[in-house]
Amino acid sequence: MSTLANRAGPFTHTVNSVTRTMVWVIAALVPATAYGLWLYGWPAVMLFAITLGSALASEAVMLALLGQPVRTRLFDGSALLTGWLLAMSLPPWAPWWIGVLGSLTAIVLGKHLFGGLGQNMFNPAMVARVLLLISFPVQLTMWVAPAPLGGDAAPSFSQALAYVSARTPVPDHMSAATALGTLKTELSRGVSVAQSSAQLPPPRQLAIGNESGSMGETSAGLLLAGGLLLLALGIISWHIPVALLGTLGALAALSHALDPVRFASMPIHLLSGAAVLGAFFIATDYVTSPVSRSGQLLFGAGIGALTWVIRALGGYPEGLAFAVVLMNALVPLIDRGLRPRVFGRSRRGKSLQARTQPRIHI
Amino acid sequence: MLFQVRGGVKLSYRKELSSESPIVRMPTPKRVCVPLQQHVGSPAEPVVEVGQWVGKGQLIGRAGRGISANVHASTSGTVIAIEDRMAPHPSGLTQPTVVIEADGKDRWAELAQPVTADFPLPVTPKELSERVAAAGIVGLGGAAFPSAVKLDMRYKHSIDTLVINGAECEPYITCDDRLMREAASEVIDGVRIMAYALAVQHVIIAIEANKPKAVKAMREAAKVDHSIRVVTVPTRFPMGSAQHLLLAVTGRETPADKRTAEVGAVVHNVATARAVSSAIRRGEPLISRVVTVSGFGVREPANVEVPLGTSVEDLLAFCGGLHPVPTLLIGGGPMMGATLPSVHAPVVKGTCGVLALTASEINDGPQSPCIRCGKCVTACPAGLVPVEMAQLIRRGDLQGAKAIGSQDCIACGSCSFICPSHIPLAHYFSFANGKLGDLDRDARRQDRIRSLIQARNERTAREAEIKKAASAARKAAKAAAAALATAAATADATEATSSLLEEST
Repeated sequence: MSTLANRAGPFTHTVNSVTRTMVWVIAALVPATAYGLWLYGWPAVMLFAITLGSALASEAVMLALLGQPVRTRLFDGSALLTGWLLAMSLPPWAPWWIGVLGSLTAIVLGKHLFGGLGQNMFNPAMVARVLLLISFPVQLTMWVAPAPLGGDAAPSFSQALAYVSARTPVPDHMSAATALGTLKTELSRGVSVAQSSAQLPPPRQLAIGNESGSMGETSAGLLLAGGLLLLALGIISWHIPVALLGTLGALAALSHALDPVRFASMPIHLLSGAAVLGAFFIATDYVTSPVSRSGQLLFGAGIGALTWVIRALGGYPEGLAFAVVLMNALVPLIDRGLRPRVFGRSRRGKSLQARTQPRIHI
Repeated sequence: MLFQVRGGVKLSYRKELSSESPIVRMPTPKRVCVPLQQHVGSPAEPVVEVGQWVGKGQLIGRAGRGISANVHASTSGTVIAIEDRMAPHPSGLTQPTVVIEADGKDRWAELAQPVTADFPLPVTPKELSERVAAAGIVGLGGAAFPSAVKLDMRYKHSIDTLVINGAECEPYITCDDRLMREAASEVIDGVRIMAYALAVQHVIIAIEANKPKAVKAMREAAKVDHSIRVVTVPTRFPMGSAQHLLLAVTGRETPADKRTAEVGAVVHNVATARAVSSAIRRGEPLISRVVTVSGFGVREPANVEVPLGTSVEDLLAFCGGLHPVPTLLIGGGPMMGATLPSVHAPVVKGTCGVLALTASEINDGPQSPCIRCGKCVTACPAGLVPVEMAQLIRRGDLQGAKAIGSQDCIACGSCSFICPSHIPLAHYFSFANGKLGDLDRDARRQDRIRSLIQARNERTAREAEIKKAASAARKAAKAAAAALATAAATADATEATSSLLEEST
């Protein structure tokens, strides 16, 4: 009789694995990504490929440098997902070096310098996006109006090559501000939010996504569908998305009700910007979110609140990336403070009091 | 009405491998090796001698001191050795074992007088628990805790509820399922005897939802007693944990480090109930049990009534042997069972299953880094944070792990099961808790040594004090004597002087 290697129990295991998780998250992103690539045409396709390619390349180099198994780790899906999320958060027609620099920042600085998979404190894609936004504000705020593939406005392959290689600047008539960007700029010019809101696409169009923005900002509907798939598969739980969107929506609704001239309405907050992408795909990143359910609720609510504060009161039109990174920094504290209650113990760790008093039978 | 229980995991059960195989009685093997410790507590003391003939059911090991249980011969024959033999434990260590060469006659020894009267029984509860103790009955769910000790809980705690554990939450294992379907009335009889012995008002038989036929059979058989309720509990591991089952069916949460009796309930397994019925109604001690033999490595998965002490080798041979594929032999279920050191290990009272698992069933992929997915936190039925405890233990910070509850781990293995990175979390906690136990023992020993040294120092100090005081007293006495002498001398001198003076005047 031959026996298997004697390992510790249990002797049955889940079919789930790190790679399976990553692959499903990527699969859930595919509809929104495909729509975004179609909406912004060849330049977006090129930037997307460059960002993902450089994310994988930096991962391979870092794994080799750190003496980790390159072949098994490179294709575990984590680097691909980081690159994917980063690409979805960039202006779709940004020059190539934005994608390369972003991927390098995300993988090298955001992930491997913290110790690699599972060890990073901050969401790598968001670290890269924040760093790029602060360092290259012009390139990172250069949004374009939708120019769907096959349409009249769509640039040809060679034109796209010229834009992405930064040989030709993107023509002025193509550029268009995002919904949240419009509100912020108009407000600084003294135009009330109520007035500028009226010029924005209606909520239905924001949900479909035929608007200017990054690929991760446009189609709230498709992103929501992907997010619901992840929920159904049990890959993410409802706690972070519901807390995030709930807090953001509640603050938006409340402020709008109090001062509609100054504050944008709830649908604008939820359907434009990266709210849905952030709620289902970014804030739910396992590594950089709390492990307990109560911690996840607090974390999601914190991101929602900070996002609203930055959008409504801060200097940037969109604040989700900042909010995520700020809350990431609080995760160790949240994990420490919000552990579940131990079975048979009170919240403070004392053994529960017995409910019945001893009684002696004769 | 059911209550919410936190955590737990959904497993792939594979119970269909054996759930439709009726219980078959295995013929007595040529030789049985009956260990003297098959239970929690101290080992039994052998009461037979090598060369002696023993009858089936004859006492061969008397319960030791404190918590312990009797051990009986599972067949008639000659005791050919009382020696250290391999224990059914992954360590492969040995333990005192009585080896009986069967005479093939299966002749019963003289048994206890059966109680055949209907309820209410004409015997006292104390007598019942004594009979259960005499029959060597222990918890047959796997924990092997002496059942009579639990029946005696009523003398220490106020018990009002008896919960019968028919959850059988381990994958593959179907012995309790079959027992409930095939011997429902015997099980119910045992339940009623235990309810009588405990004098409880409520009896709840809890069965996981994946055993509808067992639920039906038990409901039917339970009609004889209206205080018995048969409830279906969700199929979710570890529902069969006594504390968790009790919480699910009564809403009572057992305090940490305490028994369920603390909250007025006692939990017994269905197979235990049946053993109690056999012991009281027929006087038969616990000498056999139903074992599920299963796994993709076994040719004919089955539920077998096995004489205790039968070797795993004989049992597997009875089930058609193994497929020629690499397998891992497990005693018990795949979640909380342990590897068997070899096929020579015996079947004991706590063996609910013998599994031969192939690599595809175990599915233990290569370990990858933790991605903090938190699935272990959600799965932990004890409310712990396995990811954080494992981190602390890996760093060697056992006290840190203890501070966040590592010793509240019930070793159910849910965290290891659910981990997408295949990190052996439960193993970390067993290691840490073992080590912490060692440290505790060490600390206690150090304390004891310290207190002994202190006592000794105090004693010597006291003795020195006494000596000093004595010598001081002696000195003082001497000094006093000397002073007296001097005084006397001076007095003499004065007297002499004065007399001289007197004389001179």
